Amino acid sequence: MVRVEFLGPIQKESLELEITNLNELAKILQDDKEIQEWLENSAVAVNDTLVSSRDLELKDGDKIALLPPVCGG
Amino acid sequence: MLYLYDGPLDVPTILKEWYEQESESNYGAYIPFVGTVRSEDEIDGLSFDIYEPILESWFKAWQEKAKEKGAIIKMAHSRGDVKVHESSYIAAVFSPKRRVALEFIDEFVEDFKASAPIWKYDLKNGERIYALDRSTAIKGSGLLS
Repeated sequence: MVRVEFLGPIQKESLELEITNLNELAKILQDDKEIQEWLENSAVAVNDTLVSSRDLELKDGDKIALLPPVCGG
Repeated sequence: MLYLYDGPLDVPTILKEWYEQESESNYGAYIPFVGTVRSEDEIDGLSFDIYEPILESWFKAWQEKAKEKGAIIKMAHSRGDVKVHESSYIAAVFSPKRRVALEFIDEFVEDFKASAPIWKYDLKNGERIYALDRSTAIKGSGLLS
């Protein structure tokens, strides 16, 4: 089971999913009306490290986070 | 060092503490940047969400870069609400000579704006409104689109 968290202004409860890679996650989220508009401008972190490729095997207990556009200061 | 506070920053106290922490460290330059919430668009203030695990790793990478130049970096940021004319952000660089610190603070604050996992909201008429138009997508965004 992989946990998916939506950070900052994305108003969505975390998901617990049986997935093994980010392609599967992309497919699920692209079909989700609440989240699809955020996908284009959100970055992805796996276990609190930003990732730049979907070629990554996910294992049980991994934590994925979606980070929408930022503005500190 | 990275310091996070609930609510506005106590600017004089933080600047004084940082000054005192390094007063015997033989740095010739202490360059602070203080960010103050301005009165504009009829806002009452700003509010912030922070994702701390990634903020910490981002900051740690900058600490390493500073170290390579013989400098150190400190940063303070607010969580939650900060009213107009209060401060939500302070960054400072200490270095042996001024040039390194002046250049480093510029690079650091620019990357902070583009990469630090902090989300800003306008406080207006009792509402908390995400400042999407002033926000920047983190490098590599769109991986799942």
